[in-house]
Amino acid sequence: MNPGFDWLALAEFSAIGLLSGGLLALVALGFVLIYKGTGVINFAMGEFMMLGAYFLYTAHVMWGLPLWMALPATLAAVALCAALVERAILRPLSGQPVISVLMATIGLASALHGGVDAVWGGRNYEMPQLLPRKPLFIGDVMIPGQVLWSFVLAAVVIAAFTLFFRRSRTGVAMRAAASDPVTAYVLGIDVRAMQRLTWIYAGLVGAVAGMVVASMTSLSPALGGAALGVLAVIILGGLDSIAGAIVAGLIVGLLESLTAGYLGGKVRDIVPYVVVLVILLVRPYGLFGTRQIERL
Amino acid sequence: MSTASALPHAPAAALVPGATAAPGEAAPVLRAEGVYLGFGGIQALAGVSLDVMPGEITAVIGPNGAGKTSLFNTLSGFYRPQRGRILLDGRDLTGVRPDRRAALGLARTFQNVALFRGLSVLDNIKLGGHTRLRANPLTALWYRGPARDEEVALRREIERDVIDFLEIDHIRHLPVAGLAYGLQKRVELARALAMRPKVLMLDEPVAGMNREETEDMARFILDIQEERGITVLLIEHDMGLVMDISHHVVVLNFGQVIGQGTPAQVRANPEVVRAYLGDEATRRAAP
Repeated sequence: MNPGFDWLALAEFSAIGLLSGGLLALVALGFVLIYKGTGVINFAMGEFMMLGAYFLYTAHVMWGLPLWMALPATLAAVALCAALVERAILRPLSGQPVISVLMATIGLASALHGGVDAVWGGRNYEMPQLLPRKPLFIGDVMIPGQVLWSFVLAAVVIAAFTLFFRRSRTGVAMRAAASDPVTAYVLGIDVRAMQRLTWIYAGLVGAVAGMVVASMTSLSPALGGAALGVLAVIILGGLDSIAGAIVAGLIVGLLESLTAGYLGGKVRDIVPYVVVLVILLVRPYGLFGTRQIERL
Repeated sequence: MSTASALPHAPAAALVPGATAAPGEAAPVLRAEGVYLGFGGIQALAGVSLDVMPGEITAVIGPNGAGKTSLFNTLSGFYRPQRGRILLDGRDLTGVRPDRRAALGLARTFQNVALFRGLSVLDNIKLGGHTRLRANPLTALWYRGPARDEEVALRREIERDVIDFLEIDHIRHLPVAGLAYGLQKRVELARALAMRPKVLMLDEPVAGMNREETEDMARFILDIQEERGITVLLIEHDMGLVMDISHHVVVLNFGQVIGQGTPAQVRANPEVVRAYLGDEATRRAAP
């Protein structure tokens, strides 16, 4: 082995990669929620992230509201938007082929993107810091505070949702409504309310991720594209598995960090996809996805 | 009859003129009035009227394609009839959504077992109690306090009244996907019971079961009716079962009621015999 090999750098790349995988997993959770709940890949996920970040910026910086008011107000506004989207776009399309719904979410993404551009303009805003910057040292390995805390936040949110779907009645009812709406109806479950809730939760997850990402980088319409990078994660994890989203998020985060560190930023965006492609050749349903026989 | 006064909403029958019962006679708990349902050129139900009396077991029989399942789907709210009404305790349900009907007391099972395959037996059954929980999504997210107490109470009740009652204690933590077919049907029945229905609708409860499983199911249905006083409406092809346990039998053919009465009356009805019991079933189910 090369005696001059920089083990410290490897440790740092790996730690940062794994930890930044938390945010990827969080965004992936937003995709998985909607896929599980309604069978659709929501291509407007990144736009929900944008909405969260722009709303928070508007309330906190432009209007000067303190964070403890701006944050709940932002989440409420995004929840309302998600509910409106469900009511106005998704519900009328229920029963239509999945491809139509998918196209509708792409259209929604463009509309939201354009809307944000029209209201806030295309320029870069400096988001306030939401997470502590103080780095953590493990031996000589330095982990930036934002990376660490974004991981903690993502882990808490994901754990909460996992518990919610396992343990709470509403969570189980949401799963039931997703897997068999007809039977769910017969059991007295308001399937439409469950679908609305699915969109609201996914919107909230996206908004949280968007605020954090924007505060770690900067706020511009480019944020909307960030979610598309997570497609590799959800496909790798299996579209309908929260556990898959976590594991795949960590894997892709690690791969991105290692390739960026050793091969440069340009290769960073390619290598994860190549690896995902190879894994999918072996496991076409993703690491944890449900094997689908055929849906009626 | 004492059954009539035991009905909580019996006075509501007066709201609907047609539903008023003759004096001295119990009012039907579930009633279809002149229901017409067509799909394109096919008339699935052509003016079906039937009364399900409280505390009784009513069976709907008829050849394949007679409209039995269409009738069930109309009663539970998946199909909206072009004409006619559905009444539950005298209340017009015709425009009411399926989930609301469930909350009003209509529970059903499906011809093909419709359990949630990813969930355990207990989770499936608990979903039947869903409409009776009041916690909203926000309080449920905060999984403490009232939401939790409610869950615990529901679970206790289900263990006692449903799981022990249907003798499925030993499988309650298993995933439903691996269970034998007869047990899956029993779990589906358990889930419907957990809804504490007024009317329990069973779509072919013993289809595909062997003799022993059929006898178990027959015993459970009788217990549900006798011990719990729950009204049962069932579709079944097993003539032996229908004739043994039903109080009232309704015969459908080509979307119309061609005869009804006690099992003995139906068996003796020449039109029924010609249309349905004619060749095949008389041989199979001869007394």
